[in-house]
This record gives sequence, C-alpha cells and structure tokens, in this order.
Amino acid sequence: MKLYELSVADARQKLDNKEISSVELTKSVFERIDEVEPKLDAFITICKESALKEAELADKMISEGKKTPLLGIPVSLKDLICTNGVRTTCASKILENFIPPYDATLVEALKKDGAVITGKVNMDEFAMGSSTENSAFKITKNPWDTKRIPGGSSGGSAVCVAADMSLVSFGSDTGGSIRQPASHCGVTGLKPSYGRVSRYGLVAFASSLDQIGPFTKTVEDAAMVMNTIGFFDPKDSTSFPADTPDYTSFLEKGMKGVKVGIIKEYIDAQGIDPEIAGAINKSVDVFKSLGAEIVEVSLPNTKYAVPAYYVIAPSEASSNLARYDGVRFGTRVETPELIEMYKETRSKGFGAEVKRRIIIGTYALSAGYYDAYYGQAQKVRTLIADDFKKAFEKADILLSPVTPEPPFKLGEKTDDPLTMYLSDIFTISANLAGIPGISVPCGLTKNNLPIGLQLMAPSFEEGRILKAGYNFQCETDFHKKRPVI
Amino acid sequence: MTISKDEVLYVAHLARLEIPPDEMEGLASQIDDILSYVATLKEADTNNVDPTAQSLSLVNRFREDVVGDTLGSEKAVENCHDNYDGMFVVPKVVKS
Repeated sequence: MKLYELSVADARQKLDNKEISSVELTKSVFERIDEVEPKLDAFITICKESALKEAELADKMISEGKKTPLLGIPVSLKDLICTNGVRTTCASKILENFIPPYDATLVEALKKDGAVITGKVNMDEFAMGSSTENSAFKITKNPWDTKRIPGGSSGGSAVCVAADMSLVSFGSDTGGSIRQPASHCGVTGLKPSYGRVSRYGLVAFASSLDQIGPFTKTVEDAAMVMNTIGFFDPKDSTSFPADTPDYTSFLEKGMKGVKVGIIKEYIDAQGIDPEIAGAINKSVDVFKSLGAEIVEVSLPNTKYAVPAYYVIAPSEASSNLARYDGVRFGTRVETPELIEMYKETRSKGFGAEVKRRIIIGTYALSAGYYDAYYGQAQKVRTLIADDFKKAFEKADILLSPVTPEPPFKLGEKTDDPLTMYLSDIFTISANLAGIPGISVPCGLTKNNLPIGLQLMAPSFEEGRILKAGYNFQCETDFHKKRPVI
Repeated sequence: MTISKDEVLYVAHLARLEIPPDEMEGLASQIDDILSYVATLKEADTNNVDPTAQSLSLVNRFREDVVGDTLGSEKAVENCHDNYDGMFVVPKVVKS
C-alpha cells in the first residue's frame, strides 16, 4: 500500500508511532499528484514548497509529543477558502489575481493543528453549479470515467480525495456542493449543520445556506476532521454557540432501536435511475440487518424545495457579488466612464452561470417582484424546515439518495441550466432547513460509476449521521473501492 | 412568458452587467425558463406562515467595543488597484 492511499485514521497511527514521517507522507501525496493530476485537473494552485515546510514542522511537533487529529496530514482546500498569501480565485476571472491578506478561521485551525496544505482546488465559479464545468480555468474530470463530470460545485475536492491526491479536502455546500460530488466520486462528504463550522474567510455565495465541510475516505476520518474544524467562532456572526462534542465519540457500533426514516416524496420522485434506487434499497437492508427500525416519513413540501432554493440562493448571490465592481480590488477593466467600468469589469470577470444567477436574483429582489419571489420563497423555507421537524419526531435520521442519476457526461447539460438545477433535488432541502447531511458510497453502477447514500439528522446532531455512516461502512466496502486512473 | 427581453436588459443594467446582443436571445429564454419554473412557488399555501431568513434562531450578536488584533490598513489595501498611505485610491466618482 502506498502512503497516499492511507486514511487519516491509519496515517495518524503511523505518524504517532513514528513508522512514517509527515514529510514522507506529503512527498508520497505529491508523487501521486504528479502522476494523476495531468489527467484530472483538480488543482488551481499547488503549494508543494510550503507543504513540505509544513510537513517538516509537523514532524517536529510530533516528536515533541503534540497530538491533534490532523497533525502532519496533507489536506487541500476549495479555492474559495481564504489563505493568507496564497491566491484564492473562486475559479473566477474577477478574482484571478486575488491574494488574501488573512486566513479563514478554518485555515487558522488547520495550521494551528499542524495540517499540511497541498493546494487550492477547482470548483464551479463562486460555487454556482453541479458539475465544476463553470470554472473559468479548467474542466475537472471524474477519476472513475474521465469523460464524465465529477459533480460540483466542490468537484476538485471530491476528485482530490477519490484520486488520493490529499487525504482530506475541504469544500462548501450551499445546495449539495459537498454531498453531490462526494457521491459522484465515491468518497465520504459531510455537510455539517449551518452554523457548525465558521464561515469567516469563506467567500460568500448564499450566506444563509453556505456551509464548509470535509471530503474524506471514511466516516471515521470525517469525525476526526470535525474535531479540528467544528467549533464556535466569534468572528462569524452565524457561528452557533453550541457545545462542541468529541465527534469521534459517536463512532460506536450498533444501530439497534435507531429509527431510520425513508422519505415518501423522494421514493415517489420521477426520474430516479433504477440502479440508484436498487443501491438505496440494499442500503436500507443493511440498516435493517443492524437492528435499525425503518419508518416512512413525509416531507410534503419537497416539490417547492428546488424553486425556493433557486430564488433564495441567487437573491443572496446577487447581493454578495455586488462587491465585485472593480473599484477596490479584483479585476478592473479601465474605461473613461465609471458606469461603463462597472459593466465591463463585471461582464468580463463573471462567467455565464454567475451572470444568470445575478440577473435572477436582482429580478427576484426588485421592486414589485420581491413579495412574489423572495418573500414567498422565505415562507416556503419555513414550511420545508417544519416538514423536517415533523419527520424527526418519527425518525432519528433520514435516508435517501444523494442524486437522481449517476454522473453525466461532460458538456451534456451545460446549455440547459434548469435541467442541471433539478439534479439537486435530494440535497437542497437540507440547506434550506440548515440540517447536517452526509454522503457515503453505497454502490457502483454496471458502468462502474459510484452511487452515494445520503443520511440527514436534525441541526447539531451530526453525531447521529456519523454513527450511522460509520456502522454502514463497518458492514460494507464501497468506501474502499478506488478508481483505476 | 414571465420576463421579456427588455426586462432582462433592464435588470442586467441594474446589476451592472452588459449582455452582448448575440447572447441576448439564449439568455432571455434560459432566464424565462427558470423564472417560470420557480413561479410554482405561488401554489404553496403560505397564509399565516412566517418567513425564514436563516435557519438558526440567532439574533444580532454584538461584541464589546475593544481593540483587538486586526489586519491593519497597510495589509488591508494590499490587493487594491492603487493605494495611498493605507487607503484605497478609487476611480473618480464625481464629475467636475
């Protein structure tokens, strides 16, 4: 076994026992990057030099007896997480040369704990998309089939972990952007509760929905990572002052008496690929065999989730992205007239999907339409959150597919944004309600494409899905399968 | 049709975006598709339902007004097009 193939848990043990050094592990990861990155295009910026220095420092800290979950572990970051002195582009031309003068709270926490940062990875521009094809810089390929999308918007992160180019990668999830690419690439992806991980230094897309979370090879690793990143941060006004548990304490075997909810509206949804439906049914059987009780629940307002999301997210985005006007920082196109400078800068700086969403958001917030669109979407959001509250009275966790279809071919849906939006149907509701969700591998199609299983829990009950996901991975080996690249 | 081409153009102007004429047709029809789709929200019964702006029950959080570790103005303006003495130099916004 190559060192780059290790999980965080296994690497942790070997590092702490001095069987391997962080420098060796990091070098192994960069050898892997040299080998497969040319075929996959996951990275926007590779930080080899600084990573090797961080690894040396980590080895010193280990020899001094320091113990943290990510000490000496190579991790990568979606390129919308601010890194002091390292370019942070959001995969957009408008931030092509932006070098943040500060670290995001997440990055501060990673550095404090001695993690090794391998680089910044590709994404849909400003996290808007489900395929990573909206990047201004490159097209990231799915390692299971390089003619297919890796999912998005955190496609680079999913590919990075699936192809062993980092042991962990951090992404963000606004409507499924961690869970969907994790599902498409056969890795574990956790979207924590809204407010669980600080958003300070995460470039904003839709502030009431965005949440940072990890891509890992196992659920156990996700729990270990959460011990470094899941804490209250006074710098983020929406960071929730909840007690921080030891997330690894939930990794105990046994599902006896746990009520697993199957969502009626998701089973009845049109267009679910039969192979995905089959894999989900088999996953239900795994939980049954572990002693869980299966109950049916209803989320009656599911049909309004995607429409509500595609009003709320673009509205917030149109407001958040107003700051990119060429005045203080970012790309500027010089013109004699100020208003033309704004227009030229924004038109050349933003890609097609970002412009579409800004226009939709601006329209939904404009005088005369506000109540019909944004106001109504916010009320529907309440209905969706109430649906979950009722469902969680009957079930401890909810189980569903992550996506209706396996990863589609590159270019297949780029001209049809609405069809692309509909692929978010199973993931979007969790963001609207602010609840945590995890995607774990639960099968492969006959074409050898990964299928993901989604588990959801009430807000700040990450422990429940970590436990369920851990139990699932103790019984199955889908998470151990790797693509041949 | 939910939105006309003129309206798309007007909203784009409000958002300070220029739409090249050859992209107008495609963009207007995509935006019309999306708006027609999200218009299904109107069917939801939201009488007596309060809006949700964010999923946490948080209200504005304040901190004590004390000086802490901050970036400093020199560092804060590092990314700007032009700076002077720790301040942003911006294009002229007032006509003389």
